[in-house]
Amino acid sequence: MKTIKLVLITIALSLGLTACTSEDDAPQMEVDPLAEYNLVTQVDANGHSLELYSDTDAFTTGYNKVYIRIKDDADNSYFANPEISWMPVMHMESMNHSCPKSELRTSQENNTVVEGYVIFQLAGNTDEYWDITFTYELGGQEYAVTETIDVTAPLDGKQRVASFVGADNVRYVLAMVAPSEPEVAVNDIHALLFKMESMMSFPLVENYSIDLDPRMPGMANHSSPNNEDLTYDSSAHMYTGKLSLTMTGYWKLNLKLLNTDGEVLKGEDVTEENEASSLFWELEF
Amino acid sequence: MKIFRHARIVCNILMGKIIYSPSWSICVALILFPFYMGAQELVMPQDSIIRVNLDEVILISARKTLDYHRQPKPLSALDEYLESSKKVDMVKRGAYAWEPTLNNMYSERLSVTIDGMRIFGACTDKMDPITSYVDVSNLSKAHIASGQQGSEHGTTIGGAINLELDKSNFSDTGLQGELETGFESNNEMNVVGGQLNYSNAKYFVDTDIIYRKAGNYFAGDSEEVSFSQFEKYNFSGMGGYKIAEDKALIASFIFDEARDIGYPALTMDVSLARAMIASIGYEQDQLWGSLANWKSKLYFNTVTHVMDDTKRPDVAIHMDMPGWSDTYGFFSEAQLNNGKHSFLFKLDGYYNRSYAEMTMYPNDPDELPMFMLTWPDVRTANTGVYVEDELDLNGSFLKLATRMTLQNQKVADEFGLNSLRIFYPEMEKSKTRFLKSISGQWHKMWMPWHFNIGLSYGDRAPSVSEGYGFYLFNSFDNHDYIGDPELDNEKSVEANTKISWEKSKFKLTAEANYFHITDYIIGEIDPSLSVMTIGAEGVKVYQNLAYANLFNASLEMKYGLLQHLNWHAVLSYHRGTDNEGNNLPFMSPISYGAGLQYNNRSISAALQVKGSGKQRNYNPDFGEDETAAYTVCSITMGKTFAINKDAVYVKFGVENIFDTYYSTYTDWRNIPRMGRNFFLTLTYSIN
Repeated sequence: MKTIKLVLITIALSLGLTACTSEDDAPQMEVDPLAEYNLVTQVDANGHSLELYSDTDAFTTGYNKVYIRIKDDADNSYFANPEISWMPVMHMESMNHSCPKSELRTSQENNTVVEGYVIFQLAGNTDEYWDITFTYELGGQEYAVTETIDVTAPLDGKQRVASFVGADNVRYVLAMVAPSEPEVAVNDIHALLFKMESMMSFPLVENYSIDLDPRMPGMANHSSPNNEDLTYDSSAHMYTGKLSLTMTGYWKLNLKLLNTDGEVLKGEDVTEENEASSLFWELEF
Repeated sequence: MKIFRHARIVCNILMGKIIYSPSWSICVALILFPFYMGAQELVMPQDSIIRVNLDEVILISARKTLDYHRQPKPLSALDEYLESSKKVDMVKRGAYAWEPTLNNMYSERLSVTIDGMRIFGACTDKMDPITSYVDVSNLSKAHIASGQQGSEHGTTIGGAINLELDKSNFSDTGLQGELETGFESNNEMNVVGGQLNYSNAKYFVDTDIIYRKAGNYFAGDSEEVSFSQFEKYNFSGMGGYKIAEDKALIASFIFDEARDIGYPALTMDVSLARAMIASIGYEQDQLWGSLANWKSKLYFNTVTHVMDDTKRPDVAIHMDMPGWSDTYGFFSEAQLNNGKHSFLFKLDGYYNRSYAEMTMYPNDPDELPMFMLTWPDVRTANTGVYVEDELDLNGSFLKLATRMTLQNQKVADEFGLNSLRIFYPEMEKSKTRFLKSISGQWHKMWMPWHFNIGLSYGDRAPSVSEGYGFYLFNSFDNHDYIGDPELDNEKSVEANTKISWEKSKFKLTAEANYFHITDYIIGEIDPSLSVMTIGAEGVKVYQNLAYANLFNASLEMKYGLLQHLNWHAVLSYHRGTDNEGNNLPFMSPISYGAGLQYNNRSISAALQVKGSGKQRNYNPDFGEDETAAYTVCSITMGKTFAINKDAVYVKFGVENIFDTYYSTYTDWRNIPRMGRNFFLTLTYSIN
């Protein structure tokens, strides 16, 4: 086993060395650029395999980081700089709709990998399901493939995305991006906000703000100090703030969404009488 | 057991009438007549020739048969012995492990040591003061030094308590054994203990073991105090070997374990409190030049403390709260006597690791447990130099002492460091402090007058809880406490004086001390913080108060009525205020005690009264209320019998004779003290 690995590494390295001298379009063949991620699904079509990787081993409701590469089934090599676009669609009983997603861009680290994110608002079930249509171009020829995927609720059942109609009668999707591994510390909290322009269009909403009030319902709504509300960071293209967690366990992050004029679109203050906001995320660790 | 239950009933009937004819007035009448207060009899000046120190020494060991009569209550807990000191009060959270206070100051302001060894409790809620990890069976005396006079064993503000281990110390006593047993009716406490010692000029081996088990105690009026039971045993061994005529190796080991300890004043009990205390020492009569009495010691101790709430009904949330404290230390000291000077040089150091955690189990079984570090693995490295000189100034004595200490504290656990950085984002992992103490004490005699005056300065670093505590719940004021690692050192300027007049059978002593403490460390409410403990009122953060003042004064009288009959009385006053004139919490009201003691070679008897005035100067912000005045009376009788060469000693007594229901200012959440209690102890000493 070890010798095989060594041989593979040697081959990969020598390929890599020769690749460096050639033009940019040559595939960067490293040991395995996606070794630390989980292969969630593989789509076989047109003599190619589209490999979908993520941080977790399944697509779940909420924010999913996705890494994709296309393998040429003929020689098991990966295409460099593939141009891929995608369209996830949920097929419900009465209608179809899409969800917020990013463009797929070639990874900075490896030109055989494209990366992006997708935010599923709902999990699939026996009658309703998600599929993703990938359109990609290789060697001047355009291909398309549609694959049904499983989207489940997170294993801990905790809500990391909220889909709601704001006071301005606009439907929003608000997803927590980080922390994915919360700690008893001051955590960086990142979020993305989209509005539902149509069933198939979810543009990013900028320059709103999100008030944050983390609580532990199991501890009589204990809160933590030194949290920072989320504001829009135009360089990172997302909302960032600080989340203090004083202990492990179940936390409810009560939220309030404010527009650029400071008007509350959704969510309420947590008070003695009002235990939680109608807009929230959850964490348990 | 039944006999004592019956005895209690009989006494209740007998006393019933007296209770209705107010017992208080009887007590007062007892004071007006001269009585000797037995407990105070234990407190003796340390040295009858040079009395520069105002140390009190409480005799604990009953090694010599002659000492038995000095003990008002042999086999009682160490806590009761310490309480007999004039300056010491004990904070009670139950029947076990009382926390000693000195000059109305608490653990963090005191230096409490065992044979000079530093030990730190492992409980974040002070449920295991160091004094709970030794037992009277292995101690000879307790030295109580007030203020900076206690800086010999470590930095302190309020003073020091050093518990001296009992050892045969190469005396030519051969094989000695002792069996002892005691019973107390109130909480049906059984005590069984034994000692076996062998000593000669070349080596000695001392061993002892003691076991105590007590049920719930009953307060006055037969009110049962639930969760006040405890069980503990203590084993100790000590050995010495003379390598040469003037060189000796001495090793000691103490194992102490208590289980199922109830803390009726708290919301949690303790399932296990265990300490192992070990040391090895080297002693040499001469070092070099005129340096003599060179003593060095290496020591190690480890403390484990596990809180338990599984037996309590109505627990808001079940939690586990274990804590650990390990200390490694050393000291080396030598004396130099040169004409009028009498120097003591001491170098010491210790390294302590304090770690405590809390895991709470949500009522919803599907939720994950909640975990936090309440003491984030704080590593304290402390090293210091102590020098004292006792100067003979032709007719008066002057003692000068100084201690310089370097202390570093480091948060070793990343989880804990990140937790604290929620509150203090800029907090450094490690902090070094320089601590200093300097004191001068002068003693002059104009017979029959003695006059002592002292002036000193000292500071201290915040304790682990004050610096690094994370949501430590204080059930007294119902607040969670958060430490602050950036606290300034607390500094104390102290003045003390003592005047005594002594003529034949009469002795009168007036004593006072005053502490002006700047950067006084105390918890202040931070209204912006959210409570962690369910039901708590708020969160306090330790802060430096601009200053606080403490004043203690006492008046003491002794009179030898007859050859064997002595009378003793003491009255004390205490006051503590902060910079805004507010009362400091836990300040004693006026307290008094008086007693009559009869001693001859084989028979002893004592009658004593003690009490307090109403606690008018209390602080409701710390959960205090006006504690009512009380007076309690007790009586003891003892006799020594000789059986061949052996000795049997019997002591019987009744405490709180009138079954008064009372609590003192140091009783956590006004938990009542023990009601009427009969005790009987029996000691068989094989010589």
